[in-house]
Amino acid sequence: MDTLIGLLVAAPLLGAGILLTGGRRLDRAGHLLGTLLALTSFVLAAVLFADMLGKDTGRRTLTSHLFTWVPVDGFQAQVGFQLDQLSMTFVLLITGVGTLIHIYSIGYMEHDERRRRFFGYLNLFLAAMLLLVLADNYFLLYAGWEGVGLASYLLIGFWQHKPSAATAAKKAFLVNRVGDIGLSVAIMLLFTTFGSFAFSDVFPKVGQASATQHATVTGIGFMLLLAACGKSAQVPLQSWLGDAMEGPTPVSALIHAATMVTAGVYLITRSGAIFNAAPDAQTAVVTVGAVTLIFGAIVGCAKDDIKKALAGSTMSQIGYMIMAAGLGPIGYVFAIMHLVTHGFFKAGLFLGAGSVMHGMNDEVDMRKFGGLRKYMPITFVTFGLGYLAIIGFPGLSGFFSKDKIIEAAFAKGGTEGWILGTCALIGAAITAFYMTRVMLMTFFGEERWKDGRTATASPDEPSAEPAAAHSAHGAPHPHESPSSMTIPMIILAFGSVFAGGLFSINSAFVKWLEPVTGHSEGDSPVSTGTVTAGTMVVLVLGVLVAWLMYGRRPVPAVAPKGSLLTRAARRDLLQDDFNHVVLVRGGEHLTRSLVYLDHSLVDGVVNGTAASVGGLSGRLRRLQNGYVRSYAVSMLGGTAVVVAATLLMRAV
Amino acid sequence: MSFPILTVTAAVPAVGAVVTAAVPAARRSAARLTALAFSVATLVLALVTMARFDTGGARYQFTETHTWVKNFGLHYDLGVDGIGVVMVALTALLIPFVMLAGWHDADPLEDVNPNRRWRPTQGFFALILLVEAMVVLSFEATDVFLFYIFFEAMLIPMYFLIGGFGDRAHPGGEEEAARQRSYAAVKFLLYNLAGGLIMLAAVIALYAATAKQLGTGTFSLQEILDARAAGRLHLVTSTERWIFLGFFFAFAVKAPLWPLHTWLPNAMGESTAPVAVLITAVVDKVGTFAMLRFCLQLFPEASKWATPVILVLAVISIIYGALLAVGQRDIKRLIAYASVSHFGFIILGIFAMTSQGQSGATLYMVNHGISTAALMLVAGFLISRRGSRLIADFGGVQKVAPVLAGTFLVGGLATLSLPGLAPFVSEFLVLVGTFSRYPVLGIIATLGIVLAALYVLVLYQRTMTGPVKAGVEGLSDLKARELLVVAPLIALLLFLGVYPKPVTDIVNPSVGHTLSDVHKTDPKPALEAKK
Amino acid sequence: MNPANYLYLAALLFTIGAAGVLIRRNAIVVFMCVELMLNACNLAFVTFSRLHGNLDGQVIAFFTMVVAAAEVVVGLAIIVSIYRSRHSASVDDANLMKL
Repeated sequence: MDTLIGLLVAAPLLGAGILLTGGRRLDRAGHLLGTLLALTSFVLAAVLFADMLGKDTGRRTLTSHLFTWVPVDGFQAQVGFQLDQLSMTFVLLITGVGTLIHIYSIGYMEHDERRRRFFGYLNLFLAAMLLLVLADNYFLLYAGWEGVGLASYLLIGFWQHKPSAATAAKKAFLVNRVGDIGLSVAIMLLFTTFGSFAFSDVFPKVGQASATQHATVTGIGFMLLLAACGKSAQVPLQSWLGDAMEGPTPVSALIHAATMVTAGVYLITRSGAIFNAAPDAQTAVVTVGAVTLIFGAIVGCAKDDIKKALAGSTMSQIGYMIMAAGLGPIGYVFAIMHLVTHGFFKAGLFLGAGSVMHGMNDEVDMRKFGGLRKYMPITFVTFGLGYLAIIGFPGLSGFFSKDKIIEAAFAKGGTEGWILGTCALIGAAITAFYMTRVMLMTFFGEERWKDGRTATASPDEPSAEPAAAHSAHGAPHPHESPSSMTIPMIILAFGSVFAGGLFSINSAFVKWLEPVTGHSEGDSPVSTGTVTAGTMVVLVLGVLVAWLMYGRRPVPAVAPKGSLLTRAARRDLLQDDFNHVVLVRGGEHLTRSLVYLDHSLVDGVVNGTAASVGGLSGRLRRLQNGYVRSYAVSMLGGTAVVVAATLLMRAV
Repeated sequence: MSFPILTVTAAVPAVGAVVTAAVPAARRSAARLTALAFSVATLVLALVTMARFDTGGARYQFTETHTWVKNFGLHYDLGVDGIGVVMVALTALLIPFVMLAGWHDADPLEDVNPNRRWRPTQGFFALILLVEAMVVLSFEATDVFLFYIFFEAMLIPMYFLIGGFGDRAHPGGEEEAARQRSYAAVKFLLYNLAGGLIMLAAVIALYAATAKQLGTGTFSLQEILDARAAGRLHLVTSTERWIFLGFFFAFAVKAPLWPLHTWLPNAMGESTAPVAVLITAVVDKVGTFAMLRFCLQLFPEASKWATPVILVLAVISIIYGALLAVGQRDIKRLIAYASVSHFGFIILGIFAMTSQGQSGATLYMVNHGISTAALMLVAGFLISRRGSRLIADFGGVQKVAPVLAGTFLVGGLATLSLPGLAPFVSEFLVLVGTFSRYPVLGIIATLGIVLAALYVLVLYQRTMTGPVKAGVEGLSDLKARELLVVAPLIALLLFLGVYPKPVTDIVNPSVGHTLSDVHKTDPKPALEAKK
Repeated sequence: MNPANYLYLAALLFTIGAAGVLIRRNAIVVFMCVELMLNACNLAFVTFSRLHGNLDGQVIAFFTMVVAAAEVVVGLAIIVSIYRSRHSASVDDANLMKL
């Protein structure tokens, strides 16, 4: 069984290798090969899962050591895998959703001449993501961590000929690199404190830390949080996620909704032992989570671009997960549970959005949608189920997982618990509002795309999909997407509906993960019933407000100016403007002045020395006038001086 | 007496240089093939040396000792430790690729020159082989004076390579190109000669000091180390520091370390891409290598004394080089400043005085050589196609030449130290090694990885992505010969990124020796993990 | 006779020669003055040889003569060729040795 773990990673890696170096010969079959290898990985995962279920709870962890990667004295980095329940959950999610999205992409990318490469990148992503969750030490995890960053970079910028896509890709990579500093410093701290960075060496020792080392452990926690912020688009490193929607929609669904962006949650949950020993770091984690869940939700309310609205939502939902993970053993399990259910419904929502765009000439502005439910029934139903799941409609996945997080937040106890719980509830209300808004603007109301001028993309919100540019003529003819696209959507819709319920039967999910992450109930000042009732109230409230604003009266095709908050939210709450003014402008000035200084000062000193030597030798050259007799005089004079000096020395 | 493999490794390219130079003017391809054959033979010899190197054996192996000038204590002493053998192999490895990449670089534009003795192609390849011989000998020399001779002598062929075979794509036209080229060549020569002169003074001072204390002066590294170990030689603190500074200055110019770096962007910018690779990937490595071999071994106390200042300069190099790279408008100068940043990492690793730092630094020299070669050579292909090296003249290359763009990206990703590619391992080792002793410097140096991502991705975005710019439409993709240059380098980057063990196994024991020279041991972690 | 007198004579001849080299313009005369200086030195050598009672000085005097003869050959050739090209034998007309 152990060797299968390696194969799990190897299959998509092989696919990436073949597809990216194979050349044009593979253009015709490349996408099938990529999908097949993703499926292989999923089947292997299923086999491993079945095997794991057959074992005792305590002995489910599989390890597999391949080879020593970097051996330098005390620094021994291994390539080794560890498959426990937590990794297994991720592996199933990644390969499962990954395979579905491969299938979806066959239809979605059908007309793209670089489809083979797209599948190569997708396979590369799968391999890196699997490496990330299967690694048995932080160093290998780091490799996967950067690997998914690379795949994300390549896929966001897949349509490289569009400057906006190339810029978005670069931005995503750079912001992630800032987070990566956190992970590298964390690894260095682990190495200098514990002499190792393997999970099995570090975690048992965290408890033995003395008081001074406690500060170090807290530092490690903060650094890991920084890493998580970068990868999971949490405040203050959230700005890249909205722009990342420049990538093809399947990419947004897989990488920027279901899997990669949740890597931060994985990291924090995996490092539970460290965070449990560092309460200050935990406080920081919940703060980041709570702020982001509100932040993302507000941004999601103001966006007219369907994908960016969903991106805001993703940020907000991951905020929930991060917050839950920061609560400690009360929340780890629910963070992961929400992560899985979110993986289903958010991937489903994105695929639905992709399907809508596919039928609407790649238009993304929701103000130019409307009344589409008649034209795309399957998309409507699957998207609708995803919608109900995310707002937490009773009985669907989101209801179970999100409710648990809100409960856990209250269960933290004390003032902190109240604040977090309230934030979570407000977030739930806003979630209900913006998702209802998306739903109403897209599938209900009048058909705003019919009046001719709608097909052109508005200048301030450029279309994410390039096809919009060359199909700008004529009104769109909405139609249902091909079955390769709808089938994955249907499967994901099933997940959105039933996963949460399934996990909650008999607390199955809690029991599954408890051996890895630990679990405690906490003590909540409010009863479970009260929380559920509260959630229901805010849910209804959010939906109602949205219906009053967007359902009852027609939606204007051109966005109204809006309040100050709306305008700020449209600009991602001014984060980008801040970045631009402080970092981009500041950086430009800095580099420009340094270039000048390097030339004038550092090089100037050297050139100045050279010039003065040159000047001096120019003067000396005049002595060399070419007249023999003047040379003779200087020779005679020189001899006289030498003789005189000798005589003088002798005399003294 | 055993087979003198070290001498032969250096003699083969030297003989090759003579043979290549003697090929008649009209037979250019014969000259090219001859040179390539000699460089491949050198590579084979270097690989054999590496394979036969006994990692558990003596510190210096394959040693050859001959007295040269007895009265002055001059010896022809060769020998390699793990670091040296790896560096020789790197040099021998890169030269064939440099030649292949510069296959037509030195050909006359048209055959109008009536002088039958005018044969630039022959000269170009002969000079490259000559540089190789000198560099190999400086990696092998264990006599301080012998090392000095080759350290200085390699400047001469380099001077002609920079000044004589410059880049034909200059924004200011042909005349400006010639002016800039000779400026760059003279700057290169003067900078390095100045460093070398100071080193010569230090070498003589070292001789005088040994003569005073041992009775007979010597330049032999081994004799000096033995005498010191036996307690017969003990340099006065101030003397040791002055001599150390003399050596270090020369190496810091060559490396180059901020603020002595300004010759590098000129030299790399004005020379052709293969020559630029020769400068940064091969010749400059002698500087950092010599810090490890001579500064640390001969002057352990002075090295420790100077460490704080050197580390700060190294960190400044890292950040400063990266920031300057971001601000460049010329592709080759950008890569040159990136190299300044990378040399900062190497020097940081050497003087962090930890096994991770020094093994990382050695590995970094190898990886930087390969990754910069890959990036620079692809950039050279790109520049020669477009006839311009300004970033602003490119755009959308990815659309017309996807393979070129892809290899360029891989080279760039290696430069920004992406895991899975070789430079990541070495960079992380250097950072860990630094961090375990100097946490603050380690963290500042870590900022370099963000800046590296910035300059690489900005370069890629501006040249390769976006709409196809005017002048770029007709660019052809990589030809077979060019792919033959790039593909093995990339394969090597991948291999060493995933499995650097063959190299680290050779390097680690030597690093252990060097550390024991300076009496340093790795700091112990607070909570030691049980193995 | 006091050997010192020969030395005085040598010094006198040398001074005359040096003054001639510095003052005269005609290359031939300058040349002859150089010869005069050389012979002054020869005289001094021979004198010292006599004073010290060994042959070293006389041997060196022979060397000087040989060198002087060779010098005359080269020097006259240069003067003749300069005269041919410039129609002048004045040393102030030729400054070809300037950088």
